[in-house]
Amino acid sequence: MLSAILVLVGMAVFFGLLLGYSAQKFKVEGDPVVDQIDQLLPQTQCGQCSYPGCRPYAEAIAKQEIGINHCPPGGEATIQALADLLDVEAVPLDEELLQATIPTVAIIREETCIGCTLCIQACPVDAIVGAAKLMHTVIADECTGCDLCLPPCPVDCIDMIPVTQTTENWVWPEPSGLRDSQGQSLAKISVNVEPVTVEAKR
Amino acid sequence: MNKLIQTLWTMRGGVHPEFNKEASTQQPIQTLPIPPLLIIPLQQAMGVVPRLIVAVGDEVLKGQPLTSLAANSLGAIIHTSTSGVIIDIKQHALPHPSGMSGMCVFIETDGLDRCVETARGVQSQASCHENKSAQEKLIDRTPNDKTMLNASVSADYKLDYQLFPPDVILQKIESAGIVGLGGAAFPSATKLAAAGQKSIDTLIINAAECEPYISCDDALMRERASEIIEGINILMQLLQIEKCLIGIEDNKPEAIEALGVVLSERNKDQRCKDHHAISVKVVPTQYPSGDARQLTQLLTGIEIPKGKHALESGVLCHNIATAYAVYQSIVLHQPLLSRIVTIAGDGVKQPRNVEALLGTPISYIIEQLGGYTKKAERMIMGGPMMGFALPSDELPIVKATNCILVISKAQLRLASKATASDEIQAMPCIRCNKCAEVCPVNLLPQQLYWHARAHDFEKTAEHHLMDCIECGACSYVCPSYIPLVDYFRFAKTEIKSQQQATLKSSKSRERFEFNELRKQRIKQERDAKRQQHKEALMKKKADELAAKALLDKAGDNSGKNAVNNSAHIVASNATVSAAEPPKPDTEKLAKQDAIKAAMERAKAKKAAMKAAEQKDSNRDAV
Repeated sequence: MLSAILVLVGMAVFFGLLLGYSAQKFKVEGDPVVDQIDQLLPQTQCGQCSYPGCRPYAEAIAKQEIGINHCPPGGEATIQALADLLDVEAVPLDEELLQATIPTVAIIREETCIGCTLCIQACPVDAIVGAAKLMHTVIADECTGCDLCLPPCPVDCIDMIPVTQTTENWVWPEPSGLRDSQGQSLAKISVNVEPVTVEAKR
Repeated sequence: MNKLIQTLWTMRGGVHPEFNKEASTQQPIQTLPIPPLLIIPLQQAMGVVPRLIVAVGDEVLKGQPLTSLAANSLGAIIHTSTSGVIIDIKQHALPHPSGMSGMCVFIETDGLDRCVETARGVQSQASCHENKSAQEKLIDRTPNDKTMLNASVSADYKLDYQLFPPDVILQKIESAGIVGLGGAAFPSATKLAAAGQKSIDTLIINAAECEPYISCDDALMRERASEIIEGINILMQLLQIEKCLIGIEDNKPEAIEALGVVLSERNKDQRCKDHHAISVKVVPTQYPSGDARQLTQLLTGIEIPKGKHALESGVLCHNIATAYAVYQSIVLHQPLLSRIVTIAGDGVKQPRNVEALLGTPISYIIEQLGGYTKKAERMIMGGPMMGFALPSDELPIVKATNCILVISKAQLRLASKATASDEIQAMPCIRCNKCAEVCPVNLLPQQLYWHARAHDFEKTAEHHLMDCIECGACSYVCPSYIPLVDYFRFAKTEIKSQQQATLKSSKSRERFEFNELRKQRIKQERDAKRQQHKEALMKKKADELAAKALLDKAGDNSGKNAVNNSAHIVASNATVSAAEPPKPDTEKLAKQDAIKAAMERAKAKKAAMKAAEQKDSNRDAV
């Protein structure tokens, strides 16, 4: 009896020390989960999640201050990825943020621009070039479409336009899915679907 | 000749569709007259969109480049196919599966076909001599090169390319805008340059042409075999290799014969004693043996590993039409201006192979071939297995156009379901496994199909979707008529766009972090400056205080002295008046002194100026 208690206590002490030692020795700097979440976010730095940038939002998610469904630019793909990472249920995008989430890019109407540099200061990714009292322009390739340059512009010369589709970034359309003999879509087959009569072909 | 048929390896999977090539090979290649209008898209090759170097209203000559390309960028330049005037440069629908528009140059032809250089086989040579334009300058950069060009116009021009060093040949191929003419339109010069850096020993010339209906390579081999062999020789000389295999499917006996005759003649020829070992290898007719990887495996037994390029396995694959284009560029000094296109299908009155200038509208070609039949319902660029539907016939022939199929729906359904997916209703997958049996690259199409339909792109990638060659064999055999290859194309482009998005987001993150860092640095610098300023102010104040204290002390002392001195003379009431004034007095005095000094300085300055003025006026008076 006594020996058993002693053995157990001894083991507890041993493992406790081992764990304590390894916790010190292999201590991870920072929060790796934040990094992982940040990797999945689209990095538009738009602030639509009410946090100033993607990383603060990632930190907030890691602290479970806010849900994973507050990132409109990321859309459902990001929500799904975050759900997979954090092992939580994927929820639809927050309704307040439900707007068209087509990718956009800012463009400055150059004849209207007065060269105030306010948008340059607002841009989180330094995608606007220009100097005081000189025309500004957006580097379209670097623009994340975050809209942050719109409010500071005193002459409202910035427009958000949808990203132009080229043959390079074109995506092959998804086939319209399965159809039955009446042309009804069978895209979502559930267990209750009546068996489809398959005509003998060929 | 005896050993035409040599050992062959086998390829996995594949299908045997109706090939339907006879209709278009009955007649020889027809060279089309110059169309009244050319529509030339700026981008006809894989890579970047080249920069336009002409403007509306410019008069252009045959072979004149319309675009230029920055050094070291992937892409190919384009030339005008004939002489004329540029009437417009605008967006126009492209022959692309998306049906999207791209920048096109519209040229109204003048029918004179005036060209920019003294090339052979071009009409109106007199005018060509006068026009030494950019094209020629492009080709002969060095005087050394120039002499070679002159030499090439000498009697025995055919072998003159042997004098050219490889980099000159490569340069010529690049400036001729040659791309892979099998359909992928990859810039040939880039491919050849990459091959030069790897140790390759075998050149494979792809003449399999396995896709149904297409016979443009077949026709080219039948009629221009010696030119093709010449082109292959140029490529082999460029790559410095001794072995070339031409892979042809056994349903092209005339082409095999024609190549064999040319090769045996060359073997007899004294000048060609040192000819390189070119051999024709006949492969069984089976779709898709014409895919570069499948053909490599059939001819050499080498299975190119996943994710690796054929070059890393020591082979380089080029299409036979590309070899012909190389011949044209090196021996005839003519850039890629035209190509052989098969016009086939039951929707066109005279199906045949035509040699069309790049930019010729499809409608013009159909018109020249007697027009459409009543059966014409669908128009497809490429073959029925891998091609895509075109929305209209007002689209131009581009470098990648090997076939225009005008076909009835019924025949298309028979030929393939890959391009007829809109017409046929898909049924649920019954897991029959036929698709996996025919897949030439060992994939599991049904598995991929489930994941692609569920938008689980990660899973499709895990099942090696990116190795899919989109041959359409799986769609062809599917008894449920599922457009499998459409799902794979969708998933592939979706994965690619996701990858691009990830790339962009990581770039944005970097820029954002840098932006933050910079803002922080600026703030720190500002804070530091402010701190310094503050410290400086404090120090000044402290100094002033110290000075004041010192002065106070001094004032006190003097006051005391005064008191002491006056104590003897005046009574105690004098102490108050004496003790109070010294501080302001000394300060005031100092200030007054300073003001006085400044005023004096100003006065002196004024006086000096006055003096100078006087001097000036005196001088003026004098």
